[in-house]
Amino acid sequence: MKPVIYIPGDSGALALGADKVAAAISAELKERGIEAKIVRNGSRGAYFLEPMVEVGTDAGRVAYGPVRPSQVKSLFDAGFLTGGAHELALGDPEKIPFFARQTRLTFARCGIIDPFSLEDYERHGGLAGLRKAAAMAPLEIVTEVTESGLRGRGGAGFPTGIKWKTVLDTDDVRKYIVCNADEGDSGTFADRMIMEGDPFVLIEGMAIAGLATGATKGFLYTRSEYPHAIAAMRRAVEIARRAKILGPDVMGSGRAFDMEVREGAGAYVCGEETALLDSLEGKRGMVRAKPPLPAHKGLFGKPTVINNVISLASVPIILDKGAAYYKDFGMGRSRGTIPIQIAGNIRYPGLFETAFGLTLGEIVDDIGGGTATGRPVKAVQVGGPLGAYFPRDLFDTPFDYEAFAAKDGLIGHAGITVFDDSADMLKQARFAMEFCAIESCGKCTPCRIGSTRGVEVLDKLAAGIAPDTQIELVTDLCNTMKFGSLCALGGFTPYPVMSALTHFPEDFRPAPMREAAE
Amino acid sequence: MVMQSAGTGIESQVASIVDGMRDMEGPLLPILHEVQEEFGYVPQEALPVIAKALNLSRAEVYGVVSFYHDYRKEPAGRHVLKVCQAESCQSMGSDEVAARFKQALGIGFHQTTPDGRVTLEPVYCLGMCACSPAAMLDGEVIGRIDAARVDEIIAEVRR
Repeated sequence: MKPVIYIPGDSGALALGADKVAAAISAELKERGIEAKIVRNGSRGAYFLEPMVEVGTDAGRVAYGPVRPSQVKSLFDAGFLTGGAHELALGDPEKIPFFARQTRLTFARCGIIDPFSLEDYERHGGLAGLRKAAAMAPLEIVTEVTESGLRGRGGAGFPTGIKWKTVLDTDDVRKYIVCNADEGDSGTFADRMIMEGDPFVLIEGMAIAGLATGATKGFLYTRSEYPHAIAAMRRAVEIARRAKILGPDVMGSGRAFDMEVREGAGAYVCGEETALLDSLEGKRGMVRAKPPLPAHKGLFGKPTVINNVISLASVPIILDKGAAYYKDFGMGRSRGTIPIQIAGNIRYPGLFETAFGLTLGEIVDDIGGGTATGRPVKAVQVGGPLGAYFPRDLFDTPFDYEAFAAKDGLIGHAGITVFDDSADMLKQARFAMEFCAIESCGKCTPCRIGSTRGVEVLDKLAAGIAPDTQIELVTDLCNTMKFGSLCALGGFTPYPVMSALTHFPEDFRPAPMREAAE
Repeated sequence: MVMQSAGTGIESQVASIVDGMRDMEGPLLPILHEVQEEFGYVPQEALPVIAKALNLSRAEVYGVVSFYHDYRKEPAGRHVLKVCQAESCQSMGSDEVAARFKQALGIGFHQTTPDGRVTLEPVYCLGMCACSPAAMLDGEVIGRIDAARVDEIIAEVRR
């Protein structure tokens, strides 16, 4: 049997040299006259092991990593094509503790299959959900999703089924499914990984959403900063169309659904759903006032389901295995699994899909292994640039929408960014305000003006000018932004600012005192 | 062969781009992307052509072009180097990485070296947060950048 070698084509792996490793392996195969099949899979998500090369053997897959191009020759010498021993050998990838501890539902295939092989996709359980949905009435599909307890994974946590029901209940002939793949939050890369590693699951999820609501057209809106993901999705859409998964007769259901991939143009605020809709319509990405909800008047004024990548990618398994199966995972009102993205200054960075309920401490210390620099953890920002900074004192907080809200934080898109003790929290608070000022769409005053004033006030604080007054001012300003802004950009910027101020007051002391302390 | 002046050349090229895309739903951003792909920036001469074809005012088109960070008013350098400055990369020393790039190139963010070789830009997240600090050179991602890697990248763009 011709050996199969898996070398990730995921852009995170490419950033660590996967293409050079692939070139070295191809050259070595040629030189040794060995015929082998090379599959460019996605990443399984353990970036501390990337580029992680796997080979298919009689006894299953064997992994090696992290592989440098200079080590390729020695891998061949060690007989890695048949699973030979080598210092980089990791054994069965499923048994690597980082993977063995996960519950992979949404990411079940990511990093395992060839992302562009429908055959591979189906062999690993793909299309089973859509096949079932094609034989179901729209309301039945919606009920299944509602009963699964799936909530929006983009950050807001709104029940997906209820959104779908609202769109189903409208009687417009033209409806849209929009996939929000504008993953701009630092510390998050789950959407990118799915688009690059298992694009068909997202297409399948969108098609199911179309069948469920009567929408016949879908748009996937993603970031220009993700060129590899854009290329992967476009290629997968073409393949799906040829296979009649998309088109006038989805999987023989007699119902139509097709989709397009659209690229943003570098505006963070377009991750906000109504700004995204304006951007798709070809306008400035300005936030709309709600109501009307997008479910009533969305894209081009038509009823629109707008869901995050991970929400939509979780739908196929819910249809396949049933609502009860999915709902069985999780805690409280947070049902199912969540792909936690562990990033920043961390020893074992990567994507970790698990049922809700792990504590922040377990994630950072046990799974993440503490900081990369080996210094103590100072703060962990959960939920991207608009998420709160958590100190070690709050490491017992369980990963759950409500539990985080109770500690004045949010899960957001489940990105976790770790900082060691060299972090200056006043600087981080200032950055949050500065980022808001750069990215504000400008429609509402608290966000547009407040963010700029926030930078100024924090600069004065750093300069030691009337610190008590500045702290009072920034607190008041955050209150105004939180309750007066039109969307989460202005409304949530106070989370990082106030959490930094509340949990790390020592970093907000006047400059002379700070210098004296150093 | 008929020689066209630069102005009409741009306009006719833009017109043919618009012609192929105007029937899309919400065609403006895809058209602008295509125009930028063609010219390396969005020339002023393109705006009235696009506006007329899409039945928009020139101000509306300009408003869209100026809203998005990606659209350039002038061509970039031969290489475009985007250095991530978002939180995850900050936690791994992106400030130092950016400072080293700036010093080596002798320019700041949003600037191009006088020889037109490199444009340096900040970017807020490349989705490489599990291999911070990260950058993107001409569309290719680079992770875990340290001082030595900065020097390699500089050598590459100077070549």
